Amino acid sequence: MARTISYREAINEALAQEMARDESVIVMGEDNAGGAGSPGEDDAWGGVLGVTKGLFHKFPGRVLDTPISESAFVGAAIGAATRGQRPVAELMFIDFMGVCFDQIFNQAVKFRYMFGGNARTPVVIRTMYGAGLRAAAQHSQCLYPIFTHIPGLKVVVPSNPYEAKGLLIQSIRDDDPVIFCEHKALYDTSGEVPEDSYTIPFGEANVVRDGDDVTIVAIGRMVAMAEGAANDLAASGIEAEVIDPRTTSPLDTETILESVEKTGRLVVVDEASPRCNLATDISALVAKEAFGSLRAPIEMVTPPHTPVPFSDALEDLYIPDAQKVLNAAKAVVEYRR
Amino acid sequence: MTDTLREAYRVMRTIRAFEERVHEEFATGEIPGFVHLYAGEEASATGVCLHLDDRDAIASTHRGHGHCIAKGVDVHAMMAEIYGRKTGACRGKGGSMHIADLAKGMLGANGIVGGGPPLICGTALAAKQQNTGGVGVAFFGDGASNQGTTLEALNLASVWNLPAIFVAENNGYAEATSSAWSVASDNIADRAAGFGMPGVIVDGFDFFAVHEAAGEAVERAREGGGPTLIEVKFTRYFGHFEGDQQTYRAGEVAHARATLDCLKRFRDRVTDSGELDGPLLDDIDAEVAKLIEDAVSAAKAAPKPTKEDLETDVYVSY
Ligand SMILES: Cc1ncc(C[n+]2csc(CCOP(=O)(O)OP(=O)(O)O)c2C)c(N)n1
Repeated sequence: MARTISYREAINEALAQEMARDESVIVMGEDNAGGAGSPGEDDAWGGVLGVTKGLFHKFPGRVLDTPISESAFVGAAIGAATRGQRPVAELMFIDFMGVCFDQIFNQAVKFRYMFGGNARTPVVIRTMYGAGLRAAAQHSQCLYPIFTHIPGLKVVVPSNPYEAKGLLIQSIRDDDPVIFCEHKALYDTSGEVPEDSYTIPFGEANVVRDGDDVTIVAIGRMVAMAEGAANDLAASGIEAEVIDPRTTSPLDTETILESVEKTGRLVVVDEASPRCNLATDISALVAKEAFGSLRAPIEMVTPPHTPVPFSDALEDLYIPDAQKVLNAAKAVVEYRR
Repeated sequence: MTDTLREAYRVMRTIRAFEERVHEEFATGEIPGFVHLYAGEEASATGVCLHLDDRDAIASTHRGHGHCIAKGVDVHAMMAEIYGRKTGACRGKGGSMHIADLAKGMLGANGIVGGGPPLICGTALAAKQQNTGGVGVAFFGDGASNQGTTLEALNLASVWNLPAIFVAENNGYAEATSSAWSVASDNIADRAAGFGMPGVIVDGFDFFAVHEAAGEAVERAREGGGPTLIEVKFTRYFGHFEGDQQTYRAGEVAHARATLDCLKRFRDRVTDSGELDGPLLDDIDAEVAKLIEDAVSAAKAAPKPTKEDLETDVYVSY
């Protein structure tokens, strides 16, 4: 049965259901138990934004608090994964990956290939990304393109509570290292989510909205915004097809190419900074594979190539908004009617 | 000495007043973003920074307002930055977590736990290469003491014999996790032995204790004697960040405020000894109150950055 819950609750529920189903699933992170062993309430936090709250008591001994030692505990999660556990580690903000990146990109993701296919590393690293909280340049980045760049890592960027639950369960069951990127500004958004457990396969894009005039590919938090823009476009007679790739690695190139072959026009909306991001990647793909069907140059809607500013006045200008998507879609449609 | 005492009190009072005012203003919803307050810990920044001058650099933490004030960063510019204004220390681009003033040797508050200590190895190295006699001071929390970057920096400072001072500000918690749980030794200072440097524990509510320990460390560093690790123990008065309900801790804050407070203790000691008198301290309180009031009004009245500011300062232009 589906009911309306938040993105935060959907993630919590996915963790709880998988922990109940599979003993080998363990959860770890800073303040995940709110400082187990310290005085006061031992389940005070559930991680800094409360995503793992309640799990500590439900699954004794399987929710581990960690010191602020990302290299050590992310590495430990990876090591445990090689020995039969299915760890889910919380790297609080994606911006902090610098202090544990070696463990992820030289250790976890290389094992399977370097060891001739003889290794499995079923670890999930949940992390929070994105601008909008006035959290400034070291707490607001969209770094999923950096992870996407690395072969062997699966990168998941869920756009709403339904997607978050199904994709997280899939991530936990997946035998590869997975980076699961949660947008901080989505936690309090809600949507219909089935109570039962379900999975969403990787590498299958979701066609959020059908349309013949222009293809809009959007990722993570940008998906709902692109859908809003598409609805507004419909009022002026433009039917946009909105595609959410769900996973940036593997990427469902087929759905994107088929759509562009149908519409002849592409707008890619990506909150990550514009050089070497998903927008450039998807644009290159389409330019190479579907050049003949393009009726207009591809448009990319991204922030400027700057760090994320602090001041609300600047951050609002920085983040792509529905108006920019709308303008881009109109521009490609009007280029050649 | 009287001048030093007066200055110490002025700095501590400025930090306290600044933080209490930001706490009030945050509650009104006018201040954007994350704010981490330093109140309760004033004796640390002040006791250390009073030994420093413009040759010296400090690296701070996400809880950086106290370090900024103690290193002489302009209070108006700080307040404007916290409000995200164009007149701010970072022109509204950094906010509370990133206030910096390189001219003053303040390398910035830091949003990354453990980001500062390696940088300080670099500033100390520069001071050594350039023969300035300068030192570098890294402030970091008990939580940050567990970060690899911090431990690597301690080792590097020792093997390079750098004029560096590592100040572990142990307020008992990293967010909601207590240091009693997360730090695997009784004292962070004990770790110094493993890196071949002196380790000192001081009562962080006692300005004089911090000032003395820091003085010895700075002198040793300036004379080529290498790094020191100082652990300062105290309680933070507010939550980890503004808005934190603090469900993880109970009565310790009220107790610390009532009986251990660094300002109160300082005041009692200097008035009892006759080194400074009450009315003079009251005057400082009044001056500071006015400064903070002016800084808040100026910040609120200041313009926000505009579209033209969005894409500046990314690269140096030629
Ligand atoms: C690398 C990294 N990991 C985690 C965080 C999130 N975080 C911000 S402050 C903080 C606690 C820091 O505690 P401590 O070092 O003791 O300093 P205090 O807050 O007590 O002053 C954490 C975990 C971060 N900013 N950077």
